[in-house]
Amino acid sequence: MMRFISPGALKMLRGIGLACARGDRELFRDINFSLKAGELLQVRGPNGSGKTSLLRMLCGLSNPAAGEIQWNSTAIRTLAGEYFTALTYIGHLNGTKDDLTALENLRISSALAGFEISDAQAVAALRQMGLKGREMLPVKVLSQGQRRRVALARLLMCKTALWILDEPLVALDVAAVNLVQGLLEQHLRQGGMIVMTTHQEIEINCALISQLQLS
Amino acid sequence: MFFWIIKRDLLLAVRRRSDVLTTLFFFVIVVSLFPLSVGPEMNLLRTMAPGVVWVAALLASMLSLGRMFASDYIDGTLEQMLVSPQSLSLLVLGKVIAHWLVTGVPLVLMGPVLGIQYDLPGDALLVLTAVLLLGTPVLSLIGAIGAALTLGLRGGGVLVSLLVLPLYIPILIFGAGAVEANMSGMAFDAHLSLIGAFLLAAIVFAPWAAATSLRVSLE
Repeated sequence: MMRFISPGALKMLRGIGLACARGDRELFRDINFSLKAGELLQVRGPNGSGKTSLLRMLCGLSNPAAGEIQWNSTAIRTLAGEYFTALTYIGHLNGTKDDLTALENLRISSALAGFEISDAQAVAALRQMGLKGREMLPVKVLSQGQRRRVALARLLMCKTALWILDEPLVALDVAAVNLVQGLLEQHLRQGGMIVMTTHQEIEINCALISQLQLS
Repeated sequence: MFFWIIKRDLLLAVRRRSDVLTTLFFFVIVVSLFPLSVGPEMNLLRTMAPGVVWVAALLASMLSLGRMFASDYIDGTLEQMLVSPQSLSLLVLGKVIAHWLVTGVPLVLMGPVLGIQYDLPGDALLVLTAVLLLGTPVLSLIGAIGAALTLGLRGGGVLVSLLVLPLYIPILIFGAGAVEANMSGMAFDAHLSLIGAFLLAAIVFAPWAAATSLRVSLE
């Protein structure tokens, strides 16, 4: 499978002095980080510490109260579409339609993300995610864990450099956790970048894991 | 990608036919109530027909607006559209086209059939179909802005009516006016041109406005 490979290019995501406020309450301030090719940034913190808010900011879905997020030294706000071609976001919500089958969901969500795939490719990806025989079932009859697998199957299809994953392991069983772990390691080895939150302890072998602790 | 979004929404409409049928039956029943209540006074019915059909069409298209973005918002697919490399305005336009095909086109097809209940002459029925064909896409386009602005708000359904119905008034006036002009033997092409102008302006402006509102609503 063709994946994102770019040896020379200096891809970098940087956050400079980020702050987030919800109403009068300040969730966090002065968050600084930088993420280069092959690196993983794990965002940690108790419930309500602003992990999801931070990830949404990194996706450009909301604006930081202060500070700036840069992709290759340019503010993501000015990049817009160009930044989104390099980004895959899997949020709290799976982003799957209950009335569509797993196969239709994967094909449509990939197409909207800019990667048109054939039925055969989608079936192969779903099988790899352990959904053999479930491809033609509407997502509403699948279990929580299986729905999560449908959402995560997008990672197999995309060729983006930056993955932003909000609790990707939620509702997954041991086998699926191992599968995702392998997927993340492969992405990092190929020079991708990952920002993720998780409450589970997972072991990922890669060059550099940095942790960002929100309190 | 643009066609994928249309295809997706049409597929969803096929899977949830009840949503489509409720809108259509609402339109049919509201339009049919008037002849039943007024009685068989042909002259009265003929004069009120264009207005009644248009008011019913506005209310019917109103009914389905809530669903335009709400379900995508709840299951997270809207969030995915916002981070898609495709321009959000274009995706919104795709959704509006799908919405019109599902809720507008049935109204266009049923309009002349219901017009028979009002004893409208043949050429007036043709004019009615033509203005519905030009006018209903405008309803979907303007409605998209209202639906995007009220996304995720409590009581959004009522609010969207207050926001959108006043904006529908020009379409109502010229839509009903065209049929009335035709029945009284006057030219109606000015009405058609005006609705056509509204349509073109709405195609350019509404997807952009709705996309901007979506970004604000999801922040």
